[in-house]
Amino acid sequence: MQTTPEGIAAVPSRSLRPAGIWSWLTTVDHKRIGILYLVTAMIFFLFGGTEAFIMRLQLMRPDNHVVTEALFDQLFTMHGVTMIFLAIMPLQIGYMNYIVPLQIGARDVAFPRLNAAGFWLFLAGGIVLNSSWLLGGAPNAGWYNYAPINLGGVLNPGPDVHGIDFYILGIQLAGLGTLLGGINFLATIINLRAPGMTPMRMPLFVWTSLITSVLILFAFPPLTANLGLLMFDRLFHTGFFNVAKGGNVLLWQQLFWIFGHPEVYIMILPAFGMISEIVPTFSGKPLFGYSSMVFATIVIAFMAFMVWSHHMFTVGMGPLINSIFAATSMAIAVPTGVKIFNWIATMAGGRIRFTTTMLFVVGFLVSFVIGGMSGVILAAAPADYQLNGSYFLVAHIHYVLIGGSLFAILAGTHYWFPKITGRMLSERRGRWSFWLVIIGFNATFFPMHFLGLYGMPRRVATYPPNLGLNTLNMLETLGVFVLTAGLLILLFNLRTSLLRGAPAGADPWEDGRTLEWAIPSPVPEYNFARVPLVRGRDALWTEKMYGDGRMLPADPDPAFHDGSIHLPSSTWLPLIPAITLTATVYAAVYRVWPLAVLGILCAFCGVFRLMYDPDPGHWVTPD
Amino acid sequence: MLALSACTVHPASILHPQGAAARMEYQLFDFSLVVMTGVFLSVVIPLTYVIVRYRKRSADQPLPRQVEGSHRLEILWTVVPVILVIALAVPTVGDAFRLAAPAGPNALQITVIGHQWWWEFRYPGLGIVTADEMHLPAGQRVELTLQSADVLHSFWVPSLGGKEDTVPGQTNTMWLEADRPGTYPGQCAEFCGLSHSLMRFYVVAQTPSAFHTWAHGMRHPATTPRTPLATQGLAVFNQFGCGGCHTIDGTPAQGKVGPNLTGLGNRSVIVAGALQNNAADLTQWIHDPTAIIPGTVMPAFSGLSPQQMTALTAYLEGLK
Repeated sequence: MQTTPEGIAAVPSRSLRPAGIWSWLTTVDHKRIGILYLVTAMIFFLFGGTEAFIMRLQLMRPDNHVVTEALFDQLFTMHGVTMIFLAIMPLQIGYMNYIVPLQIGARDVAFPRLNAAGFWLFLAGGIVLNSSWLLGGAPNAGWYNYAPINLGGVLNPGPDVHGIDFYILGIQLAGLGTLLGGINFLATIINLRAPGMTPMRMPLFVWTSLITSVLILFAFPPLTANLGLLMFDRLFHTGFFNVAKGGNVLLWQQLFWIFGHPEVYIMILPAFGMISEIVPTFSGKPLFGYSSMVFATIVIAFMAFMVWSHHMFTVGMGPLINSIFAATSMAIAVPTGVKIFNWIATMAGGRIRFTTTMLFVVGFLVSFVIGGMSGVILAAAPADYQLNGSYFLVAHIHYVLIGGSLFAILAGTHYWFPKITGRMLSERRGRWSFWLVIIGFNATFFPMHFLGLYGMPRRVATYPPNLGLNTLNMLETLGVFVLTAGLLILLFNLRTSLLRGAPAGADPWEDGRTLEWAIPSPVPEYNFARVPLVRGRDALWTEKMYGDGRMLPADPDPAFHDGSIHLPSSTWLPLIPAITLTATVYAAVYRVWPLAVLGILCAFCGVFRLMYDPDPGHWVTPD
Repeated sequence: MLALSACTVHPASILHPQGAAARMEYQLFDFSLVVMTGVFLSVVIPLTYVIVRYRKRSADQPLPRQVEGSHRLEILWTVVPVILVIALAVPTVGDAFRLAAPAGPNALQITVIGHQWWWEFRYPGLGIVTADEMHLPAGQRVELTLQSADVLHSFWVPSLGGKEDTVPGQTNTMWLEADRPGTYPGQCAEFCGLSHSLMRFYVVAQTPSAFHTWAHGMRHPATTPRTPLATQGLAVFNQFGCGGCHTIDGTPAQGKVGPNLTGLGNRSVIVAGALQNNAADLTQWIHDPTAIIPGTVMPAFSGLSPQQMTALTAYLEGLK
C-alpha cells in the first residue's frame, strides 16, 4: 500500500463508483462481493426451493407418480446440497462480507483479492453442481452421499453416470471458496479492527463470524480429504470405501460427519450473531449477558467437533460410544439455552418495536426452540434408534435450518436492507410475508414429526396408503403453497423497495448501536471517511449516550492523506482460479486427463500471478 | 404423552410399542418429550409475557434502563439445563446398554441380510431361508444378526423396535420381541438406491405352536410338482434358467442372486411386500419386474406364453 504524497500524485482520484457487468466481475470491494454472495445465494435458493416443491407434489398422495424414483433421488440430493452449500451458508457469508468490516470500522477486508477469488470459486462450484442436471443426471445418493452407493456402478442403478463426480468436484470448488473466505475473515477480524475495538467490545455478529471462520478452517479440510478419497475411488479405482478391496464404508460417514456437524454450526452461529444485533436495537437495551454470549459461542463451536457420531447411532458402534456421543450432544443444549434466555432477558424491560425484522426474530426464537427440543430427543441414542432416518429427523433439520438459520437471515435481511440499498422495505408487505411464511412453514414441517413417529422413513419417493400417512402428507403439501406465497411476497418486496422504497438515513432504526449505523446508507465505497475511534461496546450507542452521537475520528489513519482515502483497485485476476479449476473439473468428470493437468497448471500460474501482481490501489475523496 | 391414535390407523407407529425394545425406546422418547415440553414452556411463557408487557406503546416512551446482565439469572439458566441434561443422560445410557445386551443363550437366531431391494431372513438353527416375511414366536426375544449383500440398509420395524443398519463388511446384532401375535410392517430406513422406497417387509409374530408349524412346513416343503400343470411349470422354470438366480431346496436350482423360493407358497406377500402371493401378481412380476421395482436385477420374462406362465405360477404357488 502506497502512503507517500508522491503516491497520491501518481494515481488519479476516482470517487465515482464504476458500474456495469465488468465492474462487478473485477470488484474487490467487500460490499459488492457481499451483494454478489447474497444475490447468487438467493438464485440458488430458488433452485433448491423448486426441487422441494416438486418433491412435495410427489408426496402429496400415496403411491403417486408425479416424478420417477430416479428423478426423486436426484431432487432430494440436490435440494440438500443446494440449500446447505449454495443457499444458507453463502447467505450467511454474504452478510458477513458486507457487515463485518463495517462493524469493526474497517475500509475493506484483509485480503480483498482472496475474498473475490473465494466468491468466484463458490459460484463455479454451484454452476458445476447444477450443470449436472443437463449433463446426464444430477447426483442421486443424498446430500451426505453415503458409501458404498456413492461408488456408482452396479450399486447405484439409475442415471448416475457422472452425477456423483459433479457432486465431488462441485463441492470441492465451492468448499475451497468457503475456506478462503474463512481465512480472510479470520485475518480481517483479528487485524483490521478500528482503534479502541478490543475483543470484548466487538459486536456479537463479529464474534460469531470469527468463530464461524474458525469452524470453517477446521471443518472443511476433513470434507476435502473425504471427497478426495472418493474421487480416487471413482476416478482411479482405489478402494478406500470399497469393501471388496479391503475398504471401509463407515470411513466415509466418520469423515463426513466430522465436517458435517460443525457445518450445522457454521450455518447457525452467524444467525445467532444477527439475532444478537437485532434484539438490542429494537428493544433499546444492550445485549443481556454479553460475556456469557461470547463464551457460549466459543463453547458451542468447541463442542461442535465432539458430537459427530450422533449421526451414526444405528451403524453399530456399540452402547459405550453411543452413550458418550449422546451425552456430549445433549450438553450442547446448555450454551444454546443460555443464548435463548439472554435474548429474552434483553427484550425484558425494553421498549420493543415489532417491525417485520423483530417479527422474524420472534419466529426464530420459537421455531429454533422447537428444533432444539427435537434435537435433544434425537440425542437420546435409544430414542434415536427409532427416530433416526425418519421424518422426525427431517422435521428437526428444517426447524433448525429454516426456523433457525433462515428466519434469522430474513430478520437480518429486513434489518440491513436499508443499509445496503439506502431504501426501506415495505412494512405492510413485510408483515404479509412474515405471517404467510410462519404459517406455511409450520403447516409444512410440524406434521413431519408425526409422520416420523408413524413410521415414515426419509428419502422415500412414495409411501403405501395403509400406514395412516395420507392426511398429514396432504397437509404438508398445502403448507408448501402458503410458504411459497410468503417467500414470493418477500421477493416482490425486495424488488419494489429496491426501486421505489422510502429513502433510508444513516440510522434508519434510530436506535442503531453498532458502527454500520454511523455511516451513510447505502455505504460509500470507502465505508468510513475517517476511521472511527471506538470508546465502548456498542460503539455508536456509546457516542449517543456519552458523546454527541457522532463517531470521533481515530488518529493516525494510515490510509488517509490530505482528504483522500487509499483503496485497493479492481482486477480480473481473482477470476483465474475459478475459471481454470472449473475447466479442470469438467476435464476430470469426462476423464480428459491432459486438459485436467493443463487446467491445474494454469490455476497455479494464475494464483502466482495474482499473488505477485502489485496493486497500486486508487485514491478516493470522500464527499 | 402422544399416544393418541389407535394402532389400527397407524400400524407402524412408534407410539404404540408392541414389544420390549420398542417400549423401552418409546418410554425414553416420552420422558425426553415431557422434559423438553417443560423447557419449551419455560421459554415461550416468559417470551409471551415480555412481548406483551414491553411492547413500545408511545412515540415518546423514555429510554429503558440499560441493564447489561445479571449473574444470578445467568447462573440460573446455566445450572438448571445442566441438571435437566443429566436427568436425560442417565436413562439414555442405561437404555443404550440394555438394548445392546445379548438376547440370551436360548434366543432364536435370525440372520437378516439386506439386498437391493428386498430382505432375506435365514434361520441357521432351523435351516430355513426365506424373504419378505420374518416369522418369529411371540413373547420370546429373538437375536438378529444383520448383514448387507451390497450397500447400506437399515432394518426397521417401528412397532417392535428401533432400527439397526446393515453395513457391508460388518456384522451388527440387535434383539427384538413381539408381545403378541400379529403382523408388523417394516421398511428399509437408510437410502439404498433407486427403489429404496419399495424395500418393505413384514414381521409375522405367531404363537409358539403356530411358529413351529410354520417352521416345520418351511423345513419340509414340497419340492416336486404335484399336478400335471405344475410339472409343466417346473419344465418352464428349468427352460428359462430361473435356477441360475433362485434356490429351491431339494432341486438343482441353487442360484444365490435372488430370493430363495423354497416354500414360496407359504408366504402371503412377494417382491418386498409390493405384491400379494397369488398367481395374478406373480405373473405381473415375472412379466415385467422393473414396472414394480425399478432397477431390479430380475430380468423380464415377457417371452413366456400365457400357458407357460400359468404352469410356472402353478408350480411356484405349489411350493408349500
